[in-house]
Parts: sequence; structure tokens; C-alpha cells
Amino acid sequence: MQGVKPLAKNRTVRAVDVLTPQTLEEALALKAEQPEAWPIQGGTDVMVALNFDHGRPPALLNLNEVPELRGWSRDNGSLRLGSGLTYMEIERGELREVLPALAEASRTVGSPQIRNRGTIGGNLGTASPAGDALPPLLVERAEVECASVRGTRRVALDEFVTGVKRNALAPDELITAVWLVPSRAPQTFMKIGPRNAMVIAVVSLAVSAGEELRASFGSAAPRPVLVTAPREDASTFAELVAEAAAPIDDVRGTAAYRRHALRVLTERALDRTLAA
Amino acid sequence: MIVRFRVNGEAHEADCWEGESLLFALREKLPFPGSKNACEQGECGSCSVLLDGTLVCACLVLAAQADGHEVTTVEGLAAPGGDDGDAALHPVQQAFVDAGAVQCGFCTPGLVVATVDLLARSPSPSDDEIREALSGNLCRCTGYAKIFDAVRAAAAAAPGGGG
Repeated sequence: MQGVKPLAKNRTVRAVDVLTPQTLEEALALKAEQPEAWPIQGGTDVMVALNFDHGRPPALLNLNEVPELRGWSRDNGSLRLGSGLTYMEIERGELREVLPALAEASRTVGSPQIRNRGTIGGNLGTASPAGDALPPLLVERAEVECASVRGTRRVALDEFVTGVKRNALAPDELITAVWLVPSRAPQTFMKIGPRNAMVIAVVSLAVSAGEELRASFGSAAPRPVLVTAPREDASTFAELVAEAAAPIDDVRGTAAYRRHALRVLTERALDRTLAA
Repeated sequence: MIVRFRVNGEAHEADCWEGESLLFALREKLPFPGSKNACEQGECGSCSVLLDGTLVCACLVLAAQADGHEVTTVEGLAAPGGDDGDAALHPVQQAFVDAGAVQCGFCTPGLVVATVDLLARSPSPSDDEIREALSGNLCRCTGYAKIFDAVRAAAAAAPGGGG
């Protein structure tokens, strides 16, 4: 709970428009016309803001009916994950084999109810340092596809997130997909919280051990960081990861604890992935 | 705005504020107060409903997003009443009653809907599966032991269920 009173039933409200495009072309045209509209897909972040009156956008751009944003596909060795891909679709489907760290991360998000609605596009749009999908996507060197009526571009994930809850989207752009070439490297995801479900990460970590070692973490820096090292440097990798973090003290944990936890988790993750 | 969707198999329309949740529309604009309103941020699961057959928190669905879709609430689970007017409880509801899995009852509708969703996918769930499937539904009265008993009993009683 956030200590904020829910809206009273007899609230007086400013008008909000709901725009529900049926195609991507229509969605991009609407975003160009009304750049201040809030995109809403799974609603797991946007609805909380609306329910608690933390924000009142002039319009909501409901993306649920846009088929181009759903599902995932293969394209010449690359994977295109639609921005409307839900955590549950990642967790239960074939992607579990192809992107195991992302699947593990997805399974730690919220509850089944949240994972049925929440999407990777939403995780990127919110750009929280605690976003669980971001570390496993970054170790796979994912790129974010941003589209507008002006065209489509791809931005490396660590450049896409520009700060705490800030991203590189232009006002007329929508996140349409995430692209990556699966490394097929042994990989894992770990997350620390007070319980196994319904927690925002105190700290999280994705590690892959392919031709090089890669790590990225959540809740320990304002924006995603990719840490890499040659495999022969495995013995010093945990220290490298802990040093790359820029954690803060907050209600969920201290900076010192987060750095310590990253050191321990990295060692455990290497035990698992290097043995694989 | 007018939002039109099906609830428990019947067409309904509701005059909603554009930023309103499906939960608010069900409870305050339509006669479906079974889904409970507590946290309004997806933490407690007491507003769990099925949206096109998928388990969701109704507080996190914009009412307008349900337009043209099918919603099943806890009210839609029991079989329609017979000559005596009493509806026959859904086997999951009956199992909750029989196991004494209800104390204050506030979390019960959400837990029942989440259990129906679990058993539809996994008729004989392990305890770990039950734990994970109900991890988004909070009960603050008591423990979860009797709730687990109810889920196991519902699974055992269902055709094809184990236990």
C-alpha cells in the first residue's frame, strides 16, 4: 500500500479520452496527433497511477486491440518479441527454452494475475530500475524497436533507458518490439525480495556464460548496465559486477546490502552457468 | 463513455468514466459486487476475474479495455438456480465451504476464481503449483492451510482430478 487514499466514488473528474486503435498504423497516427496520450497495454502500472490519481492524462491509448504488438516471431536468426508479449507467454511457451533467463525473470514478476497482463513493452516504457525483464534482455544485447509515423528505429536497451523511469522515446513514438539474437549461452536470473511472489526486487541479477561472461542487474543502478569479462576472468567477475553497481539506500534495502548481494548472487550464478 | 461487454454470458453496458477500472464498472455500475475492492494496485487478488478466460485483477483492467470482451466473475460460477431458486455452488465454492476455508470471506471470491483457473489448467496440482497459482491472493484472517485443503478437495472431487 502506498498510503494514498483511493478516489472517492463521487469524484469530480477531468475528461479523459480513450483511444482504441485496431491496427499499428492507426495507433501511430493517434500517438502523432496526441503525443501526450498515455499508452496502456497490460495496465499493471498505468492503472495503479489512475486508481490513485497519481496522474491524469488527457488521453489513454489502449493498445490491447493492435495485433502487430502481440506474440513473437523469428526473423533470419533474430527474435522479434512484440511489445505486447506478456510475462505468462514468455514463462509458459517455447521462449522458455530459447531465453531461459528472461523466462525465469518473468516467473518472478508479481502474481499470475499480473503476469497474465504485464508486458515487456510496459516494463521498458516504465523503465524502472527494478524492471525484472531488463537485466535478462540486456545480457542478450536486446534492442528496442521504436516506431512513429516518421518511421522505425532500433535503440540498444542500455541506451533506451536514460535514467530512473526515463527512456529515449520521442513523444510521437511507441515501443513496438524488442529484437535480439539468442546467444544460447547458459544463463540464469536471480532476485532477492522478502517473499517469492509479489515483490519488487531488492536486487536482481541476470548472468550468461557464453564465449564471454555477461551480467546485468536490477534495483542497483539508475539505468541498466552490462558488465562483461572474458571467461578466464570468472574468479574476479563477482567483484567486477558489484563495483559496476551504483545502489542507493531505500525502503527495500541498503546500498551496502545490495552490493554484497550482487557479489554473492554473481558467484552463485557462475557456479550454475559455468557448470552447465 | 458507454462500454459494452459480456459478463457471465450476458450482454451488459455501463456508462463509465474513461479512466475507470473494470472492477469499478462491475461493482458500481453493474450488479456484480462479488469481486472485492481492496488494494486497487494488483497486490491482493480479491478482484480476480477471468477476462476472455484469462485470470486478471479487475482493478488493473481499464473498463474500456473490456469493451467487446467476455468477463467471468465469481457470480458466474454457480449453476443457475433450480425450482427452489437456490443456485448450486460451483464445486470449488462447495469445497471452500466444506473445508472451512472462509473466515471473514473478503478474499474468498478472488481465491475461488483463481482456483477455478488453476484447476482448468492443472486438474491435479501439486502443493507447489497451488502455492504459485494462489500467490497473488492474500488472506489476512488466517493461514492458508484450509484454503489449500479446499483446493486439494476440489481437485480430488473433479472428474479427472487426482488426489
